[in-house]
Amino acid sequence: MNMLEVKNITKSFGQQEVLKGVSFSLKQGEVLVIIGSSGSGKTTLLRCLNFLETPNGGSIYVNGEEVFSADSGKKLSDAQLRDRRLHFGLVFQSFNLFPQHDVLKNVTLAPTLYRTTELKKKKASKSEIKAAKAEIIEQGETLVDMVGLSEKLHEHPCRLSGGQQQRVAIARALALNPDILCFDEPTSALDPELTGEVLRVIRSLKDQGRTMVVVTHEMEFARGVADHVIYMADGIIEEEGTPEEVFGNPKSEKTKLFLAAGFNK
Amino acid sequence: MDFWGMIYDLCIGFGVTLKLFALTLVFSIPLGFILAFMSMSKIKPISLITKLFIWVIRGTPLLLQCLIVTFVPSMLFGIPNKDFKEFLGLETMADLQFMFVLFAFVVNYACYFSVIIEGGIKNISVGQHEAGKVLGMTKWQIFRHVVLMQVVRKITAPMSNEIITLVKDTALARALSVIEIIAVAFEKVNKYAVLSPLLYSCLFYLAFSGLLTLVFYYVEKKLSYYSV
Repeated sequence: MNMLEVKNITKSFGQQEVLKGVSFSLKQGEVLVIIGSSGSGKTTLLRCLNFLETPNGGSIYVNGEEVFSADSGKKLSDAQLRDRRLHFGLVFQSFNLFPQHDVLKNVTLAPTLYRTTELKKKKASKSEIKAAKAEIIEQGETLVDMVGLSEKLHEHPCRLSGGQQQRVAIARALALNPDILCFDEPTSALDPELTGEVLRVIRSLKDQGRTMVVVTHEMEFARGVADHVIYMADGIIEEEGTPEEVFGNPKSEKTKLFLAAGFNK
Repeated sequence: MDFWGMIYDLCIGFGVTLKLFALTLVFSIPLGFILAFMSMSKIKPISLITKLFIWVIRGTPLLLQCLIVTFVPSMLFGIPNKDFKEFLGLETMADLQFMFVLFAFVVNYACYFSVIIEGGIKNISVGQHEAGKVLGMTKWQIFRHVVLMQVVRKITAPMSNEIITLVKDTALARALSVIEIIAVAFEKVNKYAVLSPLLYSCLFYLAFSGLLTLVFYYVEKKLSYYSV
């Protein structure tokens, strides 16, 4: 069964049609890389998956469960939206770490709030909540260690380099253990010498079997990490296939031009 | 004129000044947040009425607002101020006058604060809200745990300006016969035909705003461990 199934997603901003019917599917443990020039709709597609934008048409399934359908006509309540959103994690281009919290708190804040709210609903005792919090902190420390920043556990984001901040953002996105982790140009805001450390973390996540959707301009990286590549242009999937197919032997003229421009840079 | 006696009386007067200052702050800051949210409300009529209200309050003198407030119970609700005093359970008319002044100050300063707070909230990048959203936080959690402290950091400097202005604005309360420090000083000026009590009262203000400046310096320093 497909872990993620996206069917015919459309999205317009006013008169401008940004997504003109995009469909794809993804199996557990697969990495999908989306490439394409600016304005092709890649980022909007990711934002639709994370419910930051509401598609005008189409539907999204996770593990066979419908998490979004434009046809149902029902507007989701905030609580429903939150629950469905947690199937996905998102790492932003500009990190968006919480500046007033240290690294560990950045990672543990959301899960702590989520768990304590749930436990309080169940009228759990204070000691149970305390135990849950301790457990989340322990998991948080493990995650920060995994991205190689255990020495920075109690530093604030402004004291970290861009690459380090993005690694914290990855740990933060993993803390709620999403089914599908999305990356929106995770290295575009970084100095070239800092991209490597972030890409290494993403590669290690692939080795751990994470299902991921990565929007990136790093073609070499894309080629290496992807199980499936989508090239988007003007709101549609212009070409897709294995990395060998798309990078090695592109069929569409647009793809050829895009790749030639990309590799010449 | 007995010097220490005068200083003592000024101290009593400054106590009233401080009481008005502190109570105004305690009530107007939360009210400022409420007004800021109402002004940013997606429900158009609420935001429009709030903006209109803020315009009126910021656009008219605080002194007149103090005076107008004293007419509200009788003219709007037909309750004479004497009965209104009983209704509030106050002992003297002076207490009632103080309440009127406090009310006018709270509303007036809440409007000024709300504009600063609204600016601070709008200044927080969309990315912060989105980061909270994709992590499944509720709107309240995002405000409480992500946005609020960043807003506090951003508004400390403009707020300190308003708060120091408030210290001196309390002198307006004299118009409604609230016996704060300037009222005490003028009483001495008239009685002994000397100006020095007014100068001494200046020193009280100066000392207190100096203290506030230090407090704000400390707060800003405390908050500087992160940059927004």
